[in-house]
Amino acid sequence: MATELIGGKELEVDDEGFMTDPSQWSEELAPALGKEIGLDELTDEHWKVIRFLRSDFEAQGETATLRRVSTMADVSTKDLYKLFPKKPAKKMSYVAGLQKPTGCV
Amino acid sequence: MPNFDDEGADRKLCIIVSKGTMEWATAAMVLGNAAIGEGIDLHVFFTFWGMDAIIDRRMDKLQVSPVANPSMKIPGTDVGMANMLAGLPGMTAFASSMMKKEMKALDVPPHREFMQMVADSGAHFWACRLTYDMLGLKKEDLWDEVDDVISASDFMELSDGAQIIFI
Repeated sequence: MATELIGGKELEVDDEGFMTDPSQWSEELAPALGKEIGLDELTDEHWKVIRFLRSDFEAQGETATLRRVSTMADVSTKDLYKLFPKKPAKKMSYVAGLQKPTGCV
Repeated sequence: MPNFDDEGADRKLCIIVSKGTMEWATAAMVLGNAAIGEGIDLHVFFTFWGMDAIIDRRMDKLQVSPVANPSMKIPGTDVGMANMLAGLPGMTAFASSMMKKEMKALDVPPHREFMQMVADSGAHFWACRLTYDMLGLKKEDLWDEVDDVISASDFMELSDGAQIIFI
């Protein structure tokens, strides 16, 4: 298992760079993860998505898909693409310290 | 560290939708939604029966038919439906409502909502000129999010360098 030093912490990551141990994540780590993938600042809207992902993961044991975020966290699809450009599902999961979603929709 | 912005940044996908039944329209949107979520430039071209999926007054009423569809089994069994039975009045409506329920259980949005989601993600939707003329359609017959009605040659230009999926 590879590790990467991000935000001053040694994180366990998979081949694609996603964190493999959700318990290593904390809110303090998110801005550093964001910077890694070109999100220089995390706004309240980003946080709304990140916090939803974390709480949904706690409850469901898997990362929410974009569709689930847009319907359950009340963030529109358009906004998700603005907040996490190009690859919203991967980017939001990355910043939230979770694996990318496995669901198709 | 992942390099999200460069990976696949130059990919372009065209999906040709030639069928207007619920299952194939859904397949097109599942693939399209996945593509655009990966940052792939997406164009969806609707032709022939696929036009039903973008005709505004029809797109909420897409159906799946058990007729001549041996893969559709009687629910809960491995038994296909005989065409004589499948052709009885009401069977298409019944099969369609069953499939809608199954999709809903998997949180697959209904067709119009799914198309809107993909449109909001930045996809382009195109209607086939020949089919449009053949069916005597007008612009107002088409769903609002359709970019334009284009010819086969236009599609060739559009799909330059793209990967193509024909459904």
